[in-house]
Amino acid sequence: MSMGLLADIATIVLVSAGALLFLAGALGLLRFPDSLSRLHAISKADNLGLGLIVLGLMPQAGSIAGGLKLVCVWLLAQLSAATASQLLARALQRDRTRP
Amino acid sequence: MMALLDLSLAALLLLLALGVVAERQERGAIIAFLAFGLMLGLAWLRLAAPDVALTEIAIGGGVTGILLLRAEAALRGRGKTEEPLRRTGRLAVAVACAMISAGLGYAVLRFATPAPTLAPAAAEALPATELGNPVTAVLLAYRALDTLLEKVVVLLALIGVWSLAPDGLWGGAPVVKPAAVPAPLAWLARVLPPFGVVIGIYMFWVGADAPGGTFQAGTVLAAMWLLVTMAGLYPAPDTGARLPRLLLAGGPVLFLGIAFLGFVFAEGFLAYPEGLAKPLIVAIEAALTLSVAAALALLVAGPARKAPAR
Repeated sequence: MSMGLLADIATIVLVSAGALLFLAGALGLLRFPDSLSRLHAISKADNLGLGLIVLGLMPQAGSIAGGLKLVCVWLLAQLSAATASQLLARALQRDRTRP
Repeated sequence: MMALLDLSLAALLLLLALGVVAERQERGAIIAFLAFGLMLGLAWLRLAAPDVALTEIAIGGGVTGILLLRAEAALRGRGKTEEPLRRTGRLAVAVACAMISAGLGYAVLRFATPAPTLAPAAAEALPATELGNPVTAVLLAYRALDTLLEKVVVLLALIGVWSLAPDGLWGGAPVVKPAAVPAPLAWLARVLPPFGVVIGIYMFWVGADAPGGTFQAGTVLAAMWLLVTMAGLYPAPDTGARLPRLLLAGGPVLFLGIAFLGFVFAEGFLAYPEGLAKPLIVAIEAALTLSVAAALALLVAGPARKAPAR
């Protein structure tokens, strides 16, 4: 089996797994009863789903710089998602303690 | 497979557009509009127009969204007593919108196939500009007048916003910082800007030869400045201060200056002397990027709410 085929298989498996996590996160967003658990569901999809997709795309990046850019996209998305989740959760807690 | 993606994108866009119109709560409608801007950017990507996609996501999704959200927050609890639109009024709006949609649909369906295009002419003249990105060549060489007027319009919008300040506060600073800054926001405002500034400068620099340009780069820089100001790390400047006004005017003034010098050194208004086209365009773009960044950030910051420091 050639390296190219192996890389393609890895891409298909990893990106599919990432897409599945996004689907699960979206399902959680629609089905979970309260805001905190919805936040929990969507942040999992954000972190791990995007991470798997980026990992799956790495063999297709073509160059080291391209791969590094993909990792940067993931890191920046992590940074903003983590901060946004914290801000939302804090706002929720504030509303809960001060009705 | 790609047709499936395109069809679902189109369906999603229609649903989101309907959602924006049908949503009764202002904030919900604005958030749907933000999602619509993001999806529209993806649609432009599928149409192989990455420059438009970047601008749509930055301006249509980002800046317009935060402008609308701030406007909604400022209006909340105020002026809610007035009567909502009557049934007939709403019907009139719906009919007018439907007629515009029908007219646009008719125009699109009547397009000749293959569509008339200036793309070969634009590509043919590209070597004369020494640029690698035909979109930048259109914006700053072939149709530079449009771009010049576009940037002046942004400044006029800012003057309109500034004019809303009461007389006593004229020249004062807008208030961007919330009453209490959450700790994660302050943390993000310390970590993100170094990356954001690099990305903004890269988007401007790469615009000459690849997708990117002044509006996209300016939006990223404006976002970084707003983040720092919203986290209270650095206060918003007085709108009467010299530096922000220099930044705002710098881009259009340099653009106009080079345009008029075209009478002396080239064939006329907005013509570049031979061999100097690329350096001049990059210089104009650099100044315009700073102008756009300052204008967008100050547009979001809004009119003065504090008396000027004297």
